Formats: sequence, structure tokens, C-alpha cells
Amino acid sequence: MLHTFVAYVEDKPGVLTRVASLFRRLNINISSVTVGGSERTGISRMTLVADAPPAAGHRIMASLYKLENVVQVDDVGRFSSVSRELALIKVATTPKTRSHIFELVNVFRARVVDLAPGSLMIEITGSESKIEGLLQVLNENEDRVLEISRTGRMVMRRGHHTSRVLEALGDVESQNGAVRLPTAEALPEEEETEGFPSDSDLPQQQT
Amino acid sequence: MSSQIDQKTRLTGAEIIWATLEGEGVREVFGYPGGAILPAYDALRKFPIRHILVRHEQGAVHMADGYARASGRVGVAIATSGPGATNMVTGIATAMLDSIPLVCITGQVPSKVLGTDAFQEVDITGITLPVTKHNYVVTRAEDIAPALRDAFRVANSGRPGPVLVDITKDAQQATAEFDFAAAAPEKLGSHPMLHVAQQSIVDAAELIRSAKRPLILAGHGIIHSGAMEQVRTLAERAQIPVACTLLGLGSFPASHELNLGMMGMHGESWVNHSIQEADLLIACGMRFDDRVTGSLATYATKAKKIHIDIDPSEINKNVPVQVALIGDLAQVLDQLLPLIRRRDGAAWIHAINRMKGDAAVLDIKNLPDNGHLYAAHVINDLWRATSGDAVIATDVGQHQMWEAQYYKHEEPRSLITSGGLGTMGFALPAAIGAKIACPGKEVWAIAGDGGFQMTMPELATIAQEKLDINIAIINNGYLGMIRQWQETFYEKNYECSPIFSPDFVKLAEAFGIRAAAVRTRSEVMSVVEAARTHKGPFLINFLVEQEDTVYPMIVPGAALHEMIRRPSGNPLVETASDA
Repeated sequence: MLHTFVAYVEDKPGVLTRVASLFRRLNINISSVTVGGSERTGISRMTLVADAPPAAGHRIMASLYKLENVVQVDDVGRFSSVSRELALIKVATTPKTRSHIFELVNVFRARVVDLAPGSLMIEITGSESKIEGLLQVLNENEDRVLEISRTGRMVMRRGHHTSRVLEALGDVESQNGAVRLPTAEALPEEEETEGFPSDSDLPQQQT
Repeated sequence: MSSQIDQKTRLTGAEIIWATLEGEGVREVFGYPGGAILPAYDALRKFPIRHILVRHEQGAVHMADGYARASGRVGVAIATSGPGATNMVTGIATAMLDSIPLVCITGQVPSKVLGTDAFQEVDITGITLPVTKHNYVVTRAEDIAPALRDAFRVANSGRPGPVLVDITKDAQQATAEFDFAAAAPEKLGSHPMLHVAQQSIVDAAELIRSAKRPLILAGHGIIHSGAMEQVRTLAERAQIPVACTLLGLGSFPASHELNLGMMGMHGESWVNHSIQEADLLIACGMRFDDRVTGSLATYATKAKKIHIDIDPSEINKNVPVQVALIGDLAQVLDQLLPLIRRRDGAAWIHAINRMKGDAAVLDIKNLPDNGHLYAAHVINDLWRATSGDAVIATDVGQHQMWEAQYYKHEEPRSLITSGGLGTMGFALPAAIGAKIACPGKEVWAIAGDGGFQMTMPELATIAQEKLDINIAIINNGYLGMIRQWQETFYEKNYECSPIFSPDFVKLAEAFGIRAAAVRTRSEVMSVVEAARTHKGPFLINFLVEQEDTVYPMIVPGAALHEMIRRPSGNPLVETASDA
């Protein structure tokens, strides 16, 4: 299954190597990784997506915590969250196909960000399935997709909690069983997705 | 020069290195000079730190390792850039696999030429990334003290491990304000996953209360945590027998009536049978390594498991457990012990004793003397001669397993051995480190003829430092454990396992070290006594039975209870009735 981790890491040289090397050692392929600034100075936020057996989540999280430069890790796949990806797609066009592509762009609520003779560039933001959907219909016709650049998944948990609030709630969470260790009995099943009580008040929109 | 550590002063980076080490309480370092670390060596004379000059940088790290294992303090090794640094790698990996706190300092080419393939430049932080707990590149003098102090914190906190600090030559030559106190590591919050829920403690206590056939698996973590008393209290109050891992030997007194002995591949048969029969395993600071579990599919299938460890990534790694208590072992047991009531373990202990009676290695001193010298005899006699009080550093192979079987360790930190990495050549330098750490203790290095030849130049270090170390070479003319595997798995095709050795007695004498050869059982005690009473190093070349085999043995991949037992007719008995 796909695991999604958000890791807060020190913004220093070599940190990406340490994180990547951990996955290499565990022989787990990283499907996508995005790194950028966070709300804390000197701390970057990474979203890592990796394909690994369901039970591997705890071990990956614990191993990430063993890295000195890792400040905090959240296994966000287990919680209600918003997931987004940005893609730039360059498509070969002719005067005849251009308007057809514009229509598709509108349907997908994407944008055309560059228009040139023979090609145009689409910017699309959304869940991975939405981006896959656009690519599918683009490939359906003779429109040739020339280039694709995708950022990989960025994820943020729903609700009011920030990383700092989560930290403060550490004890409460463990009592809820949210960060309690999987026991041998619990291992084969996936954990229930559970958020904070306020989550239920929010519309559970499909992302 | 008096201590620099109390006042703010302007020092060179080289001086800052030693001043910081002094501030961290370091009194001895093991190292080898070279171009990129020469500024540091130039400043050494100003500081009250003893430097032990080694003959190879691998030896320096093993010495720091032996020093740390024997004393519980952080070991420090220092080397130059390039080959000096790469020579350290085996030692660092050895320490990593056994969770030994080390700080390794390497010189590096000047920061201006970093990344240009300058003379003796190597990316040592890149190379050691997977075998260190953490590492640092320091390119400015003002960063040296904070990096080194953080290195000591990392090496010695949580699950200990080796840390490497790579310091460029220009950083050593530049000057900076030195303020030891200000360079203290930032206080980090406790590890978010190190949280023992009270409910888990209650669950663990309930499992222990209701268990009929419980066992404590005693690992290296007991020694790291200093939880010997707590484990003993748990065992005695609840009458739970204790089985030790190789690195756990000494964490529970060998002579204690609840001690079973070593588990695993070459563990005693009753220990492994007990694990397979148990209904509860309480794993204390051990990690269910493949050498102690045998086949995972058949491992202790009747037992529920409680795993107490400080490293959350060890939980459910190899063996799924019912209750995990993550934290410092002594602290966790302090929480658990108030919930533990006295219980009656007599039936289970009696059952184990029945298994033992069936397969006990009777005191081998009673064996018929048929003129052969067996390694097991030598180890057993060494144990008797030293009353089990010596610090023993072993190498890797057959003699290491015989040591674990026949030398009874009563105290923690009395066995120094490379368990996880299995590094040949470890014994001699590790013994040097142990002797430097504990000058008042009797220290023996026990090595095979193969492993000894890997690091034997360190005999010169012993001679130069005038160290009173005794060396026992268990010389069987083979790479013994390789030969044993070839015998068992490769139809006795002894390819490349017979090994030539120099005359070790003459060799030792060339270093000015007293030495003797022993060929028969009757000579063992007198020569061992001669070595013990001799002031100064003494080497004994024990010429033992060539094709002897360590039993019991679990074939890799087999179940823990499927041991290969000693064939009958062999003069080394394994069953009580044979004696």
C-alpha cells in the first residue's frame, strides 16, 4: 500500500540524503517526495509517499525518528487529510486541436499558462487521480503530450491542529490509541482513519 | 597548560578540539596522525589527554570500542583524512551494530578544496552515513565545539552508537572564541515515540502474572541502561528464568540459580528448548537477531511476547509482540516492578532442569585426559584460573562461541566481543582499549590464529604503551568456524580455510613480549598462571585440536529447537550420562 509521511526536518545540507538513504536501506521505493519551507524557521517540511507493506508504516516512522535531523514525523495516511499535487503538462497542438484542449482544461479546472505555436502548457492542481484523469483524456486523442512535470503529493491533516498543537497533544493522542504501537493482533489490519472531533463538522469532500 | 574549559578564550580550532574533549571528560584517545589532522596533533601537548598511538586506524576504533564497552564511557578515536578515515570504517560499523557510544574525529582537506579530489580527500561522512548514528562536517573553527558536544550527546543518548566528526584542516588552523558552556547541545524534547502508556505496563504485569512458563531474554540493553538490579529483582520476585544473548552475557550473574545461559545458534540446548516451550518471553534490551531466533516462522510460537527496548524501530521488526514498552529499560522496569507480585515458578524451573539434566555440559575439567588439547578446555581453565573476574575480549569464530559457553561471566562489561558485525581482528585492539579504561583489571584477549593475524601489528602498541595484557591464541591451524561450516554444509571441502601462522612465540618476543606455547592439557594451568603473575604483556599460543566443532549448532534457517548435537563418541561430552 501507499504510505504517506509528513516529516519536519532541519534545513541543512545532507538531510535529504539521510532521509532518502533510510528508504534505500529498507529497500522501499519512494514514489514521490516534496520538500519546502514550513511554518517553523529553519525547518523544512517533507511529504514522502512510499509503497510498502501495511505493517511497515510504524517501522518507517520509528526509523525516521532515529535520524538526528528529523524533528517530527506524522503518518498522515491514517488521518483525514487534504492531498494535492501540481503538474505542468506540455501538449503539442495544431490550430485545429487547440480549442478542444481548452475545453478539457476548463472541465478539469486547470489553466493554460503558456501558449505558443505548436504547443501549450497546462497547469493543474488537484489530487493525483484528477491529474491522471486529465492525462488520460489528453492521451485519448492524437494530442501528443510532450512533457510532464509533477510535484508529487503534498498532504496536510484536516482540522485546527498544527504541528505544534499535535506536539502538545502528544499525550492525549496516545491515550486515544492514535499513536499507540500496533500490537501483533492489530498488525494485519489497517488502522481506522480517525481525526479530531471537530473533523466530523467539516464537509468530507472528495479530494 | 591549565584547563581552558572554564573561561571564554580565543583558541585555534585544533585547541578547541582538545579543550572540548577535556570538557567532556575525555582522558584517553586512540589515534594515528596524518596531514589533515596535524594541526590537532600539534596542539595536543597543551592538554591533559593521553594519546595512544595505534598501528592501524581500524585498531584505533576497536580500542575506543573496547574502552567504551569496558567502562561505559564514550570512546574517542582520531585519524587523518582519506585512508586514515576509510580505515576506521570497519571499526565504526562494528560499534554501530553493537550500539557502542563512540566519537570518531577525522581530519579533512581544507574547505577551499573540498570536493576537488584533493590529496587524501575522501567523502567520509558520505561513506559512514549508514554506519554512524549521525555525522558532522565542520568547516569553521567556531563550529567545532558545538559539533563535538552534540556528537557526545548523540553517541551516549537513547540507543548509543558511533558518531563521526569530520573537521577540515583550515577549521583547525583558524581561531575562534571558545566557550564550553555555550557550546552545550540544545535541549531536545524527549523522543515522541518514547512513551510508555500506563495501560501497557498494566498489560505487561498481567501477562507476567498469568504466565505459566515465562522467560526473561536478557540483552545488551540491560548493560547499556544499567538495569542489572531491576532485571534481577524481576527474575527473583516472579521466579522467572533468564536466558542471555551473546552481548547480554554478564548482565545477569552466570552463577545465579535462575540463569540458564546463552541462547541462539550456539546456545545450550535447554535454553533454546525453554524458549520454544515458553508461554511468555520478556525481552529486555535485545532485538531478536537472526542468530538468536533461528527460523522466525517457528520461533517461540507458544509464547506471548513483551518487548522492552529504547529503540521503537526494533518493535515488531523480526518478531511480533503483544506488549511493547519503549523506553530506558531501568526506568520502564522501575514502573513495572511495583505491579509484579511474588509467584511460584517451581514447576517450570523444574521442567527446565529436567531438560538440562538431559543435555548439560558437565564441568569439562572432569573429562578424561587423552592428551588432546581442546579449546573448550583452555577457556574453562582460563575461567577457573581467573575466578571469572577477568575482562575478556574475544575475536570472532569458534573460540568466541566456546568463550561464551565456558567462561562464566558474573559481571556486566566483563565480556567484550563483536556480536552484530562479527569483526575478526577485534580482540587484540579491543583488549587494549579495555586495559586503558580499566588499568586495575586483569584483561585477556582471546583470538583464533586467523583473526589474530588481522590486527597483530597492535602488539607494537601494547609494547609501546607497556600494557599488562594477556593474549591467548587458540591456534588450530584453520579458520575454525569456516572449516566447521565447510564440514557441515560443503562436504568437508576445506577450501582456503587451512591457514599458515608465524611462530607466535617468536613473533611476540620480537616485540619484546613474553610468550609461551602450550600443547597439552597438563601445561595449561601453569602457563596461564605464569602469564597472570608476569608484570607486563604475555602471549600464549595454545595449539589445540585442529578439527573440533562448536556444538550445539542451529543450521541457519532451521528452527531454534532443531539443533545439531555433538556426535556421540566425541570426548567432549554434551550429555550428562556421557560423563
